[in-house]
Amino acid sequence: MKLLTDLEAIKTLTQARLDNRKVTGALPEAITFRSVMVCGGTGCTSSDSSQIIDKLNQEIAARGIQVQVEVVRTGCFGLCELGPVVIVYPEGIFYSRVEVQDIPKLVEAHLLQGKPYEKKIYEKTRQDNGHILNFEETEFYKKQVRIALHNCGVIDPENIDEYIGSDGYQALGKVLKTMSRQEVIETVKQSGLRGRGGGGFNTGLKWEFAAKQDKAQKYVICNADEGDPGAFMDRSILEGNPHSVIEAMAIAGYAIGADQGFIYVRAEYPIAVQRFMKALEQAREYGLLGSDILGTGFSFSIEVRLGAGAFVCGEETALIHSIEGHRGMPTPKPPFPAVEGLWGQPTIINNVETLANVAQIIMHGAAWYAGFGTEKSKGTKVFALGGKVVNTGLVEVPMGITLREVIFEIGGGIPGGKKFKAVQTGGPSGGCLTEEHLDCTIDFDTLTSLGSMMGSGGMIVMDEDTCMVDVARFYLDFTRDESCGKCTLCRIGTKRLLELLDKITEGKGTMEDLEKLESLSNQIRNASLCALGQTAPNPVLSTLKYFREEYLAHVVDHKCPAGVCKSLIAYQIDEELCRGCSLCAKKCPVDAITGELKEPFVIDTAVCIKCGVCFDVCKFKAVAIV
Amino acid sequence: METHQAGSCGSTAEADEKLMKVQSAISQFRMVKGALIPVLHEIQDIYGYLPEPVLEVVSAELGLTMSEIYGVASFYHFFSLTPKGEHVVHLCMGTACYIKGAQGILDRLSTELHVPVQGTTEDNKFTLEATRCLGACGLAPVMTIGEKVHGRLVPGNIPKILKEYK
Ligand SMILES: Cc1cc2nc3c(=O)[nH]c(=O)nc-3n(C[C@H](O)[C@H](O)[C@H](O)COP(=O)(O)O)c2cc1C
Ligand code: SF4
Ligand code: SF4
Ligand code: FES
Ligand code: FES
Repeated sequence: MKLLTDLEAIKTLTQARLDNRKVTGALPEAITFRSVMVCGGTGCTSSDSSQIIDKLNQEIAARGIQVQVEVVRTGCFGLCELGPVVIVYPEGIFYSRVEVQDIPKLVEAHLLQGKPYEKKIYEKTRQDNGHILNFEETEFYKKQVRIALHNCGVIDPENIDEYIGSDGYQALGKVLKTMSRQEVIETVKQSGLRGRGGGGFNTGLKWEFAAKQDKAQKYVICNADEGDPGAFMDRSILEGNPHSVIEAMAIAGYAIGADQGFIYVRAEYPIAVQRFMKALEQAREYGLLGSDILGTGFSFSIEVRLGAGAFVCGEETALIHSIEGHRGMPTPKPPFPAVEGLWGQPTIINNVETLANVAQIIMHGAAWYAGFGTEKSKGTKVFALGGKVVNTGLVEVPMGITLREVIFEIGGGIPGGKKFKAVQTGGPSGGCLTEEHLDCTIDFDTLTSLGSMMGSGGMIVMDEDTCMVDVARFYLDFTRDESCGKCTLCRIGTKRLLELLDKITEGKGTMEDLEKLESLSNQIRNASLCALGQTAPNPVLSTLKYFREEYLAHVVDHKCPAGVCKSLIAYQIDEELCRGCSLCAKKCPVDAITGELKEPFVIDTAVCIKCGVCFDVCKFKAVAIV
Repeated sequence: METHQAGSCGSTAEADEKLMKVQSAISQFRMVKGALIPVLHEIQDIYGYLPEPVLEVVSAELGLTMSEIYGVASFYHFFSLTPKGEHVVHLCMGTACYIKGAQGILDRLSTELHVPVQGTTEDNKFTLEATRCLGACGLAPVMTIGEKVHGRLVPGNIPKILKEYK
């Protein structure tokens, strides 16, 4: 078992190593030690970052410079779009899309000669005068404030000493040794932290409810189901800084009087599961979990439960039923889990990102945290920025920043010179916002008032090539599929909504259908038990409100302005542009294209299945969607 | 559903070994409250799906009715009651991937493999599945084949990628 003094010792020992991972502005000749950070997040791992690490170690060993260099596998840096990402300190040079064959030259140039390896330097860090910016000064990172993502990309998540070296488990020590349960709750309340899992409920208040229950057995559950398609912040936190979640769960356990925690995590997230398990093992080994933690008499343990791919299981009552071994179906609240949760005992459920803020709040104080954000939405929020935006990735920004700043400054705008059309926030429960909302601030209440939502923080950008009716159809297909089936209007209503949307995207919709969409949406909203059903119509209602003309184009003109809805488009070859190369004819899976070499080719629309292959392959842009 | 001999593919020794693993998973979780789902995860890990005879073992050992077990197994998308092909292709149809053209990839996969979504090829090589968000949205559109993630896909990539597995 470790004591607080042991943590101090580990911290002192490791801190020196972590201090090297900072941009110092030192001159190349003065640098004697470099840290090579390689992203080990899911994005980068899937593009071979593991092989890059192996190769780095090989090359470094071959040159006998092991003492001057460390190679660290970290969590996600955020700019997953550019993966695999490698960052070298103390210069803060950001290498993107690194390949295994780049490594020998990178080692030679940068690590041996102190000259950055030109070929893979991230474009945006290059300046006209030849100077290379440290990555923190780029548009993508400049406005970000990393609190929940603190440590992601900085430490080796599989090494508990590094977490301790960066102040890890200090908050737990502080809480257990110097704070009463009520003081902990008060601090979290004061910080203004609201749940990041979607509901936005005050976290301290939730803890207080559970703490007030006079029961011997209570539970803490970490919700790592992350059902929102298009969101991956929870996954990245578990992969990049798993101990922050463990530490916060123990703090929550102390605050409410629980000695048992569960983490419910998706089986689809193997790297996150494996890193979290490893972190649990290390925490147990150090006596930071188990009985008599840090010699304070407080005991707490954590079990992992794997989700099995049902979106509704992210809903807290459903999640509880799932851990109990049943179908994950929601039940009415009250009773709230804080009063009667897992196996009938008081239970708090918190989202991963919510928990990732807790130790930071304890360490730096409630006022520090409340110093970020807006009046009613304190702190920062992590967004998974995706879709038609240049810098897709993870961004953590103070609440109150505008959509425009996130999409156009941090996100780098829309790729391919296309026009911005909409941004979808809040996942399937959220809504689509438009150009005119770009200067609105991002916080819980503003987004809700505009008919969208913060949700878990998925932020999907759409350009002129996105059909908003099709997007609404996409979400309805999702919620219909994911409805647990308990409520009639959720089960059948979403199906009917989907049918209506299908009809419209096929060009068979009527004006009456538009009215039906609206009235049915309102009924589903009002008659569903859980938030899945209650919010399922949001994508329909928000697109109807802000993109009505697009619905009208489908219904009245039988046109899909974005050229997405298959029934309303046809592929045609432009005679003028066609060079008669026959490539499209060769690739067409149904032989719908005929013609003579060097003469314009023709598509037989009766045979064409509208797969779009010809459109993709034509080098002369001769295939058009009409 | 067809009935399968537990571990019908492969030798009896292999079948025995698999059943042993199931037994050990059951004893590992027997004392845990809510054991069913963790046990189903283990079985799916061992067999790639949930074979009926094995579920019968679970029913006897954990004292749950078959209908209870089916009720749970069929509720969760991750569990499958039918065997899958050698390579399971999971194409992400999450929002980020959809917006970036996942539908086109799915269509292409379906044409190349000659199977509909959720289908298995005749030679049992591939099963095509659409899933929700693999959490690698930065690389959208994304699919996994087995453990390997393929990202930033365009329809034209598909034939070449599939060839790697043929
Ligand atoms: C259909 C549905 C799905 C949900 N999915 C998740 C999820 O994947 N992760 C999550 O943390 N919260 C999810 N929630 C919200 C949880 O029910 C709960 O409010 C949250 O986990 C509480 O934690 P927080 O207060 O820290 O946000 C979902 C809610 C609903 C209605
Ligand atoms: S609203 Fe839908 S998902 Fe929620 S309980 Fe009712 S049927 Fe189930
Ligand atoms: S869209 Fe597909 S089916 Fe139609 S002509 Fe082009 S390649 Fe052939
Ligand atoms: S996964 Fe590597 S930067 Fe996000
Ligand atoms: S939406 Fe496809 S990986 Fe997230």
